Amino acid sequence: MKKYLLSAVVIFGFLFYSTTANRSSVSTLPVSTLILPTSVPTIPSPAEKPTTASTPPANTLLPTGRPTSAPVGRYKNGTFIGGIADAYYGNIQVAAVIQGSKLTNVNILQSPNDRDNSIAINSQALPILQSEAISAQSAAVDMVSGATDTSAAFIESLTSALSQAAN
Amino acid sequence: MPKITKILMDMPVTVEIGDSSVSDLDKIFDYFVAIDNRFSVYKPDSEISRYNQKKLSFFELSRDMKQVLKLCDDTKKATHGYFDIRRPDGTIDPSGLVKGWAINSAANLIKSWGFKNYYVDAGGDIQVNGLNSLGKPWTIGIRHPQNRSQNVKIVTIGDRGIATSGTYIRGQHVYDPFASQKPITEIVGLTVIGPDIYEADRFATAAFAMRDQALTFISTLVGFEAYSINNRGIATFTPGFTQYVVENN
Repeated sequence: MKKYLLSAVVIFGFLFYSTTANRSSVSTLPVSTLILPTSVPTIPSPAEKPTTASTPPANTLLPTGRPTSAPVGRYKNGTFIGGIADAYYGNIQVAAVIQGSKLTNVNILQSPNDRDNSIAINSQALPILQSEAISAQSAAVDMVSGATDTSAAFIESLTSALSQAAN
Repeated sequence: MPKITKILMDMPVTVEIGDSSVSDLDKIFDYFVAIDNRFSVYKPDSEISRYNQKKLSFFELSRDMKQVLKLCDDTKKATHGYFDIRRPDGTIDPSGLVKGWAINSAANLIKSWGFKNYYVDAGGDIQVNGLNSLGKPWTIGIRHPQNRSQNVKIVTIGDRGIATSGTYIRGQHVYDPFASQKPITEIVGLTVIGPDIYEADRFATAAFAMRDQALTFISTLVGFEAYSINNRGIATFTPGFTQYVVENN
């Protein structure tokens, strides 16, 4: 319970800071403009832009599905702070709240507020990306969408990476 | 249902039209040949090559070429600069847009002849309309990036377009305009479903260059869904993508 209280204090602290530091930053906005940073936790992202020294580690925000498709019991309870993500019009950082192994809330710690036309986030409507390990499908199809062909070097690299990703 | 596959532009192009004749299909292939002759950067005497060699001025370009260059410019703006036809060597290469534009134009040609059930597939970028010969929705596999003979997802997309960007046998053909020397390795395949193949293809190409921000970008677009596969075999997809997925059986 202490953890929740501490998390709540941290989150509300951030929210209080963001609302007072930037008058224009917190309100609701149309669903179509919402963005969530979505690093898959187990995957290093070498191209990630440098962030400030105070950035919390990015690998604690677990992307989950809508409740109907998210695997149950996969996540630890608690509040997990995500890395700062570039949303093209500014940075976004969120905290995910997990209760009963399910994502129950997404709190906005940082949102774009450096421009006059900046927007803020309605945390109830964030489009949450889902992820899964790929697996072969056996059914016949009329046609196939794919890269025209893959190079040998690419296949070699992917094969070694896949073996590392396996449980 | 007549269906023909030919190798054009170094890739398999397949057209299937319900209730059509072979001559209808031939007209579509003739159209692709004409497009290739005009837009291929691999042909030294194509219109785009002559423009790159400064043998043609902008005012001498064909209407099609001017339209494509205008669309490239629009797309650059819509993708925050990530869709950029300028190449590191200073020439321009609109191939990333021409393919989807040509497939879409070919599909519109078929529609204008009154056909309702057809698809046009050029190298894995596809426009589908109507139903297949069994009267069922066209099924499309998303190819496994590691094993050509397998699919990782099966989708039905209605009257829409589906395009996949990836690492091609010709080498890296998508560049990150903000780091053109740095190979794109974060995503090995990005499939985008959009309102038509022109829209799907251009945003798939641009989003691929955005590396690990590709899906975040696609999720900001209304009417688009995407499925990406990274170099560890993990797929990430937009929330609405599942509406197109056919359960495996």
